[in-house]
Amino acid sequence: MNLYLLGPELSLIGLAFLVILVDLATHNKNVVAALAGIGLVVPAAWAVSLWGQTASSFYGALVVDSYSIFFKLLFIAAAALVILMSVQYSKRFAPYQGEYYAVILLATAGMMFMASTQELISIYISLELASISLYVLASFLKDAKSSEAGIKYLLLGAVSSAVLLYGMALLYGATGSTKLNEIAQAIQESMQRDQGAVLPAIVLGAIFMAGGFGFKIAAVPFQMWAPDVYEGAPTPITGFLTGASKAAGFAVILRVFFVALGNQAPLPVDWPALFAVLSALTMTVGNLSAIPQANIKRMLAYSSIAHAGFILVGVAAFSSQGVGGVAYYLLGYMFTSMGAFAAIVAISERLGSDQIADYSGLARRAPLLALILAICLISLIGLPPTVGFVAKIYVFWAALQQGLLWLVLFGVLNSVISAYYYLRVVKAMYLGAPASEEPLPVSRTLVVALAVAVIAVLAIGIFPQPWLDFGTGAAIVLIP
Amino acid sequence: MSDPVLVVVFYLISAITVVAALGVVLTRNIVYAAVFLVGTFAGVAGIFVLLNADFLAAVQLLVYAGAIAILIIFAIMMTRDTRKGSRSNEQRWPAFIMAVLMLAVLLGGISQTIWPVSVLAPLETTTEKLGKLLLNEYILPFEVVSVLLVAAMIGAIVISRED
Repeated sequence: MNLYLLGPELSLIGLAFLVILVDLATHNKNVVAALAGIGLVVPAAWAVSLWGQTASSFYGALVVDSYSIFFKLLFIAAAALVILMSVQYSKRFAPYQGEYYAVILLATAGMMFMASTQELISIYISLELASISLYVLASFLKDAKSSEAGIKYLLLGAVSSAVLLYGMALLYGATGSTKLNEIAQAIQESMQRDQGAVLPAIVLGAIFMAGGFGFKIAAVPFQMWAPDVYEGAPTPITGFLTGASKAAGFAVILRVFFVALGNQAPLPVDWPALFAVLSALTMTVGNLSAIPQANIKRMLAYSSIAHAGFILVGVAAFSSQGVGGVAYYLLGYMFTSMGAFAAIVAISERLGSDQIADYSGLARRAPLLALILAICLISLIGLPPTVGFVAKIYVFWAALQQGLLWLVLFGVLNSVISAYYYLRVVKAMYLGAPASEEPLPVSRTLVVALAVAVIAVLAIGIFPQPWLDFGTGAAIVLIP
Repeated sequence: MSDPVLVVVFYLISAITVVAALGVVLTRNIVYAAVFLVGTFAGVAGIFVLLNADFLAAVQLLVYAGAIAILIIFAIMMTRDTRKGSRSNEQRWPAFIMAVLMLAVLLGGISQTIWPVSVLAPLETTTEKLGKLLLNEYILPFEVVSVLLVAAMIGAIVISRED
C-alpha cells in the first residue's frame, strides 16, 4: 500500500475538512474561498509530481498513470475556476459558503477517484461521492427552481445508479471479478471456450453500465434531467456539471470499455457501432432542442448534451487517436464552458436575468465581457482560432480513419445547425439595442476566472500540439 | 440447494418477496406501500439466508427492514396528509410496458447465460472473511464511503436547515 500515490486525493479531502474548520473560525468568507482556491495547488502539484509513473496500489483499486493524472489535473483546474466564479455568487447562500466550498472539493475528490480506479466497487463508490456532492450543490440556492433541480437530479441519479449497479452485478456474476483487467481476461477465456460466442449476461451488464454512465454524461436517451438541473442549479455549479462531471463520466466510460470490455480481439460486441448510434442521437437531439431556448443556461444545457454527442464520436472511433481526441476535447470543452458560464455569472449579477433577449446590446455596455462570451460561443460552434475547432477536427479525423464517414457527416451537419443558436446570442450582444448605456462592472475574482478560461480557449486552440500530446499521452495507457 | 425442503422454502420466500414488491407498486395508499416494502426487504433477507450469506442477511434485516423502513414511514408522516391517499400515477401504463420489457430482457439474458459456479463449499460463517476483505482488498472504497457519508451529512444539514 503506497499512500504517496493517493496524495492528490488525500490532500484534497484534507483541504475540504480544513475549509470546514476555518469556516467555523472566521466571518470573512473570502478567506474561506481563498483557502479553498489556493489550497488546490497542493493536490495539483502532487498530481504533477506523479506524472509519468505507472503504478497501482490498494490491491489494484487505485491506479496512477498518465491517463488518471490528466483527468485529475483537469478536475482540479475546473474546481479552481468554479471557486473563482463563486466568490461573489456564493453571497446568495450566505450562511453556508464554507460548506459550499467544502462540498465542491469533495465532489472533485470523487471525480479524481473515478478517473484513477480499475475496480468496479471503487468506480461505483467514487461515482456516488461525486454525484451526491453534486445533488447537494445543485439545490444550494434553495429557491423553487434550485430545489427542483436538486430533487430531479437526485431521483434520476438514483435510478441510473441502480441500473449501473445491476450491470456491474451481471458482469461480476459472469466473470467472477470486479477488477477490470481480470474481467477482460475472463471475457477472453469464455469467448475462446464458446467459439467466439459471448455470454448474454456480459452484453447485458455492459449495456446497463453504459446506461448508468450515459446518465453522467447526459447522452440521449439518458439526458432528460440535464436541462432542468442545469437551469436551476447555481450558475457556477452548472459550469462544474458541464465541464468536470461530464469529463469524469467519460473518464470512466473510456477506462471500462477499453480495459475490460473492448480489450479482446475480436470485440465481444460491436461497441463502436453502439457508441456511434448513441453519438448521432445525442448530438442531434441536443442541437435541435437548443434552438428554441430563450434562457441562456437552458440553451447551454442542451448544447452540452450536443457536445456529449460530439465527444462520443471520438469514443466511437475506438482507437488511440479517438481516445486522445476525447481527452483533448474534454480539456478544451471544460475551459470553454467554464468561460461561458463565468460570463453568464458576471452578466446575471448585474442584469439579474438569464434571458437571451436581455443580452441585447451588451457589447456596448461591457465590451470585454461580450467579447469573451463571443469567443467561448465560437469555440462551442467549433470555429478557428479556438480550441473547439481543433477538438472537433481531431475527433472527426479519428472517426474518419475508422471508416465512420456517415457519423462525421452527421457531426459536421450538426455543427452547422449549432452555429445558428450560438450566433443568435452573439447577434443580440453586438447588434441589439442596449436597454441602458450604463456599463457593467465585473468583480475582480470573476475577471481572473474569465481571463484564465478565455486565454486557455485561445492558447490551446492556437498552439494545440503540446495539449494534443498531453491527451495522447493519457490515451496511450488505454490503447498502447 | 438440492435438498427438496430448501427448494420449497426458496420458492415460498421468493413468492412472498415478489408479491410484496407488487404490493409496493400497485397499492394506492402510500403507507401500505411502505409496509409492503418491509415485506420485500425481509424476503430478500430470507434469500440471503438460503445462500449462506448470514452476515448479509442480518444487515439486510437491521438496516433495510429496520432502519430504512422506519425512515421511509417517518418521511411519509412528515411530508403529506396520508388520509388523502396518494396521487394516481398518470404514467402507469408506459411504466408497466417498460417494466415488462425490462423483465423479458433480463429473464432472457440471465437464462441464456451459463453462469460460472464456484466448486468450493460455501463458508460456514462469512462475517470474519468479509471484515478481512473490507479492510484489505477493499480498503480504498471502504474509506471513500466514509468521505461520501461526510458529504451526504453536510448536504442534509444545509438543505434541511431553515434559515
